[in-house]
Amino acid sequence: MGRIEWAMWANEQALASGLILVTGGIVAVAAQFKGWPFAAYAIAAGVFVCLLEYPRGKRKKGSTMERCGQKYLTAVVKVFGPITRNYYVRAILHAALAVPAGFLLSTILGTACLGIASAIYLLAALRGEEWNPIEQKPQERPPVGGGTIKQPPTMPPPRPPAETRKKPPAELAGQENPIPVTVEAE
Amino acid sequence: MGNWVVNEGLSIFVILVWLGLNAFLFWWYYRVYDVPDKYYYSRQLLGSALAWARAPAACLNFNCLLILLPVCRNLLSFLRGSSACCSTRIRRQLDRNLTFHKMVAWMIALHTAIHTIAHLFNVERCVDARVEAKGTIQAALSDLGDKSGETYLNFVRKKISNPEGGLYVAFTYLAGLSGVIITLALILIITSSTKTIRRSYFEVFWYTHHLFVIFFIGLVIHGAGRIVRGQTDESLKQHNPNKCDKNFTQWGKISSCPIPQFAGNPPMTWKWVVVPMILYFFERLVRFWRSQQKVVITKVVNHPFKTFELQMMKKGFKMEVGQYIFVQCPTVSHLEWHPFTLTSAPEEDYFSIHIRIVGDWTEGLSNACGCDKQEFQEAWKLPKILVDGPFGTASEDVFSYETVMLVGAGIGVTPFASILKSVWYKYCSDATSLRLKKIYFYWLCRDTHAFEWFADLLQSLENQMQERDNAQFLSYNIYLTGWDESQATHFTVHHDEEKDVITGLKQKTLYGRPNWENEFKTIASQHPSSRVGVFLCGPEALAETLNKQCINNSDADPRGVHFIFNKENF
Repeated sequence: MGRIEWAMWANEQALASGLILVTGGIVAVAAQFKGWPFAAYAIAAGVFVCLLEYPRGKRKKGSTMERCGQKYLTAVVKVFGPITRNYYVRAILHAALAVPAGFLLSTILGTACLGIASAIYLLAALRGEEWNPIEQKPQERPPVGGGTIKQPPTMPPPRPPAETRKKPPAELAGQENPIPVTVEAE
Repeated sequence: MGNWVVNEGLSIFVILVWLGLNAFLFWWYYRVYDVPDKYYYSRQLLGSALAWARAPAACLNFNCLLILLPVCRNLLSFLRGSSACCSTRIRRQLDRNLTFHKMVAWMIALHTAIHTIAHLFNVERCVDARVEAKGTIQAALSDLGDKSGETYLNFVRKKISNPEGGLYVAFTYLAGLSGVIITLALILIITSSTKTIRRSYFEVFWYTHHLFVIFFIGLVIHGAGRIVRGQTDESLKQHNPNKCDKNFTQWGKISSCPIPQFAGNPPMTWKWVVVPMILYFFERLVRFWRSQQKVVITKVVNHPFKTFELQMMKKGFKMEVGQYIFVQCPTVSHLEWHPFTLTSAPEEDYFSIHIRIVGDWTEGLSNACGCDKQEFQEAWKLPKILVDGPFGTASEDVFSYETVMLVGAGIGVTPFASILKSVWYKYCSDATSLRLKKIYFYWLCRDTHAFEWFADLLQSLENQMQERDNAQFLSYNIYLTGWDESQATHFTVHHDEEKDVITGLKQKTLYGRPNWENEFKTIASQHPSSRVGVFLCGPEALAETLNKQCINNSDADPRGVHFIFNKENF
């Protein structure tokens, strides 16, 4: 299992935990269960976790599939530098965020899930993994042909154009008749 | 104009039936708990949240029954094999097993969410009724069971107030504890099964998925506490809740309203899931037994660019074209099984797989087989291999068509190696009995490296076809979809030579991606009023393109040309 980047799984787990926290929180707040202020906290914590975890980090090996529209959040998360890059910080942060939601039945599932995510992030941090933003590649060329050509080829075609492919016509400078011809003057 | 019914109709039908059954079960069990008098007092205590919890529970029973079935691959292979009578359409249905498994899984997740949220309400109300309600019917109902001779309705007996009360109930009652544990297991299974994790870190996905064992055990014992309570039939005869609910302070004191008695429902889930669990258990037993049969590696061939071939023999091994096997190598890992398409033909006396080194396991296997060593390896040094399978996929159906289009992208060409070899053996032995008359073969490749071992096969086929004077039987097109400047120059210079510069084949390599529209139209015009099988082993995007082309180019008229799309996946 040497090539696994645990952070990828921790990321999925944390994102799911955020959603579960939000759901449990909304149920308890809407129905005004006893102790619902904890649920209100859970909603806030869940939203925060979702925003933090939505942008997927760049994998060390291979290409990374971005989540839809994640570049906006990547820009924000990048700003915090080492705090968001370091997975030890994330592990501790998630563990701390999870605790208050544990006081209410509606949100305790979120606590458990976020706790597990925190543990996986700790494992990732111990393996030396880091969060690196997925950078946008700069636009190569402006669209050609007024945008009517959807994906212009970026490589030259490997065959020479059709004209040069035709065999050059045989020398027709003059045809040598085997029988001498005399022009009869008329 | 297309006719998608031919390609998609049966799948859509199955899915609609499944959704319909889900909806029916939900509605039916909602009414079971929402209408009859048996649960009248339960509803007084809990409101409609009881019905909202029990309806998804019924759907969960149904879906947990279904989820184990699509992954019993030996059972499915058996069904496919025995349905030689059935049309290829039915057999294609069984290929959608993994898709169905995922759909059922999402349905389980949805119903778990509804069930859990409804029970959050139930627990809150039960605890509140026990602790706080004073002088209301909820209080009277909750007090039942405190005195001897009474049976309780409200399963919460200790008077601890919310929110601690709810937590206490959840973690001390069997239903609560098992519910939390299996929901956690389900969440872990789902987060490790996302496409990113599955494609890149298969081991995490595979190991975590085995939490389903805990899921099913917890599921079966989840209802053993019998905390869903309803009034007993004898009690209903003597005590009519519709009439007696108003004078709840006088229960037992007046003769028309004796104290109502309650009992819990017996657990039902085991009745739903016991058969699939047994089937799956046998599935694993069969896999284990098959894998214990001795497998001997007869030859290891090192191909360039991180590919190697294992030729093996196993007693009683029978395969058909395009099937795949699961391989385990205990020296590399005791628990991992990995699927590989067979690249040999059934007519050969050995079976082979071509493996590309992409990760830990494949690298470990190549080292164990001595691929990194230069000198000749003794036979006894080769590692022990366990093989499960072969399992059938869409490629078996190739021979039931007269005309086929085979499309392989990159390493996805492997099942077609098996098919082409087998076609050739069949053609050589008895050409007239072969229903297959024409093969259009497309191989899409990003780099020239991948051509090596497969190009050899094509070369020998090319030569033999020429000898037999049937060059038209197989028409193949190789598309190179990526090249750089230096390669481009090389191609241009050698363009006019007789044999292709990359593959050494007479058929020239084409560059870029195929124009599928043209290809389909050409084939449609050359084979009107026939069923053309289209077989793909490749990426999703290409599958969608081809599927669309099949639908668009199939005639609405049943006598016209029909393209039937088959995709292979793991």
